[in-house]
Amino acid sequence: MSDDQMVTIEVDGRKLEAKAGELLIEVTDAAGINIPRFCYHKKLSVSANCRMCLVEVSKVPKPIPACATTVNNGMQVFTRSPLALAAQKGTMEFLLINHPLDCPICDQGGECELQDVAVGYGSDVSRFVEGKRVIPERNIGPLIATDFTRCIHCTRCVRFGAEIAGIRELGATGRGEHMEIGTYVEKSIDSELSGNIIDVCPVGSLTSKPARYQARAWELVQREAVAPHDSVGSNLHIHLRRNQVMRVHPKDNESVNECWISDRDRFSYLGLYSEDRVTRPLIKTEGQWKECDWQEALDFAAQGMKKARGGDGDQIGALVSPTATLEEMYLTRKLMGGLGSRNVDSRLRQGDFRGEESAPWLGQSIADLDNLNGVLLIGSNVRKEQPIFAHRLRKAAMEGAWVGFVTPFELDMNYRAEQLVSSPAGMISDLAAVAKALGLSGSLVDDAEVSDVHQRVAEKLKTAEKTTVLLGNLAVAHMDYSLLRHLGALIADATDSVLGFLPEAANSVGARLVGVAGGDGLDSLAMLNSPRKGYLLLGVEPDWDFWNPSLARQSLSEAEFVVALSAYRSASLEENADVILPVAGFTESSGTYVNAEGIWQSFNGSVKPMGEARPAWKVLRVLGNLLDVADFEYNSSSQVLEEARDSSTIQPGGNSSTPGELNVRTPAAGLVRAGDVPLYASDALVRRSNPLQKTNDAISAAVHVNPQVAKDGGFSAGDQVMVKQGNTGATMALVIDEAIPDGCARIPAALSGTGELGGQFGEVTLEKA
Amino acid sequence: MGFKNAPMTSAKPVEDKAKLFSSEICSEIDRWIGKFPEQWRQSAVMAALQVVQDDNGGYLTQELMDKVAAYLEMPPVSVYEVATFYSMYELKPVGRHKVCVCTNVSCMINGSDRIVEHMEKKLGIKLGETTGDGRYTLKEVECLGACGGAPMFQIGNKYYENLTTELVDSILEGLE
Ligand code: SF4
Ligand code: FES
Ligand code: FES
Repeated sequence: MSDDQMVTIEVDGRKLEAKAGELLIEVTDAAGINIPRFCYHKKLSVSANCRMCLVEVSKVPKPIPACATTVNNGMQVFTRSPLALAAQKGTMEFLLINHPLDCPICDQGGECELQDVAVGYGSDVSRFVEGKRVIPERNIGPLIATDFTRCIHCTRCVRFGAEIAGIRELGATGRGEHMEIGTYVEKSIDSELSGNIIDVCPVGSLTSKPARYQARAWELVQREAVAPHDSVGSNLHIHLRRNQVMRVHPKDNESVNECWISDRDRFSYLGLYSEDRVTRPLIKTEGQWKECDWQEALDFAAQGMKKARGGDGDQIGALVSPTATLEEMYLTRKLMGGLGSRNVDSRLRQGDFRGEESAPWLGQSIADLDNLNGVLLIGSNVRKEQPIFAHRLRKAAMEGAWVGFVTPFELDMNYRAEQLVSSPAGMISDLAAVAKALGLSGSLVDDAEVSDVHQRVAEKLKTAEKTTVLLGNLAVAHMDYSLLRHLGALIADATDSVLGFLPEAANSVGARLVGVAGGDGLDSLAMLNSPRKGYLLLGVEPDWDFWNPSLARQSLSEAEFVVALSAYRSASLEENADVILPVAGFTESSGTYVNAEGIWQSFNGSVKPMGEARPAWKVLRVLGNLLDVADFEYNSSSQVLEEARDSSTIQPGGNSSTPGELNVRTPAAGLVRAGDVPLYASDALVRRSNPLQKTNDAISAAVHVNPQVAKDGGFSAGDQVMVKQGNTGATMALVIDEAIPDGCARIPAALSGTGELGGQFGEVTLEKA
Repeated sequence: MGFKNAPMTSAKPVEDKAKLFSSEICSEIDRWIGKFPEQWRQSAVMAALQVVQDDNGGYLTQELMDKVAAYLEMPPVSVYEVATFYSMYELKPVGRHKVCVCTNVSCMINGSDRIVEHMEKKLGIKLGETTGDGRYTLKEVECLGACGGAPMFQIGNKYYENLTTELVDSILEGLE
């Protein structure tokens, strides 16, 4: 029977068309016929263990589970016949015998599937008089609270771990009444998607730990937003009470985030309420910070900018966080343009600006990632950079796709992938060798030494049907990014693969569309290398948001004037800025993000900005007015958006890369730093979310080297070492890690203690401190 | 992709598996692995646990379960699930003779309560406990499929059926 053959079935007397082989519960769900269920979940495998979905089917003597029954032509189904109802009620009674019925103190109360179904199918008096089973609290980390006494053993969370998160951390141990969900040995749940088990759990067994006892479901108001941390643009539901964000949930969007979000998107909101939020404008006079009112601060900022500019607009530049909204970016560029400067950039963590590239699109739709047959990722720790893309790629891998990585350290994967691990210089040779194996030639390629692995990678990309070559954050930060990109483009071209980018932040693509990235002024590195007299900073922290934080701090501190629009005050900002204008944070302002696929997603503010903070687009607008920039009258962000949209000519399409000069900058010998930005260090908001900072993914500054490198240097694990990089240096602990290749020191960036160092990639030496 | 065919395997298999157990144990586990299709080496988990448990004086430790997981390239928690589900695996030291007495329906109807009571009194321990001299452990189990000979118990690899208190006495005394 072919899968698309249609059949007709009858449910409760209603005729329904369905595809042969579809599950009965899918058909009834689509028709809006409600069948109670607990273990069935549309994204998970069918386990049919809760038995709540029992229905009566003609010619079948016993009730059968709708979630595990496929439809047949002519099948007659009764979801509410006496037989079906008796079965459902019986199941409900069994499910409740061990349940504590502690709804009044349960966070799930009011939005609990068990509660809802119990109202319909439960009896009002329990016949169970024996003792109930109790499970003491189990600690599974800082994000998820457990009350396994409430568990009904649907195993959704277990299946989520195995099938979606890709790491089997939870299991069902014991048997019968002694069965218990848990980790068996006490350990935290470490998946970067772990928070989704809060949503899949139909009862209050798994709930949000940070939101515990904070609000009742019925007090919350739901708003919509788009996640700011990566280029997926996950759709969110913001739940708030009295102008405070209480929690964040995914909003289903099948073509973007399906029904999942990363833990970063779910728990970052807690950073909004960090103690160092700026709630009043601040100006620095004679080295002293003082609060003032908006008028004074704005005048001060406008005067300062004007003075720094002098007679030459090129003397000033703007450095913009790639998580800023499209409106903010557009206005920043327009403001700078009005002052005669084309120096605007949001590619703050790019290590090499030679050559030219198209807008950094994914090159395909997000959903396309599911169906790839071959993927080569260059410099991408995708699981910890864009977790939802990693999930999509894993789906493809589960269906048999070949996935390979060219990476400066071995990645912790949740499926088997081919990893070509080599030092930063080795990454270039590896790619060149793959290109050579494909029969290409040219500079870089000709000298490459081709081994079996390179041959295999070439073979896989050439023979697989739908293939792509993707560049990630580590590639962008590489000091020879333009070479990696060039080689990636050559390989993609020779193998008929789509060349794509996995942009770092929510608006990396948007920045390109409004000329904030890749415009004709100075790029971020050039702006810092040849210092400007004045800078405008939007949402950035000098120590943590730049490729080379030492350089950034130096150029900023030497500038005549620095205006910072920021939601937070941090030490490095206070040191380097002259005025801090408090702007709205995540959920506090309307705006638009353009995700990796090129989808424009606009959102409204959900809550009011904290204190006197104002949406950044409004602050920019007033600054524009004070600086007499023409055509700067906007009444709403949608006006800005419209203008930005009209002015943008770039459309999502094929990617291209034009190489610049093809000389290798990365030292071939010695120790070269590979500085990744850890998952929970990516932006100001995440860095301030305490629960995320308590997870195992929140690592602290350290030098990771392999045992041989440590031995050669005479270091042992835990030693404090002095890392010297150019004229910068910092002391940190040494970690011995088999995952690091020879010639490489992994020193993550954007952590406290790494702000004293230079570029994310570059030569380093280690000394005993 | 379903739960059953989602690889229950670890993404990074341990390379030197031979170091995990003695060569005899490895080859015994390998013999079991050989009975299943190649991509299903985890199917040998029950046999592997039994082999390892026998070698360890009748019980499993977390370390041993983790090693079995590594050997079979599966997540440790999947091994814990198996080891905690079946009553033939022990997670704590047991006595030399593990008396697994069935108290399921057929045996219960045929007087397993009396058998249990008798043994508890005789050995001075409750179900789930071990005698001080380390000789006997009493364990309650579900139906062992010998209902025709109910009430029954199992010691080692042997079933003893149609038990009476006298028979129990002589069986227990006959063991060293
Ligand atoms: S914890 Fe929740 S999701 Fe997991 S098995 Fe129990 S009820 Fe189901
Ligand atoms: S939903 Fe069908 S058995 Fe659980
Ligand atoms: S009930 Fe005891 S062996 Fe079956």
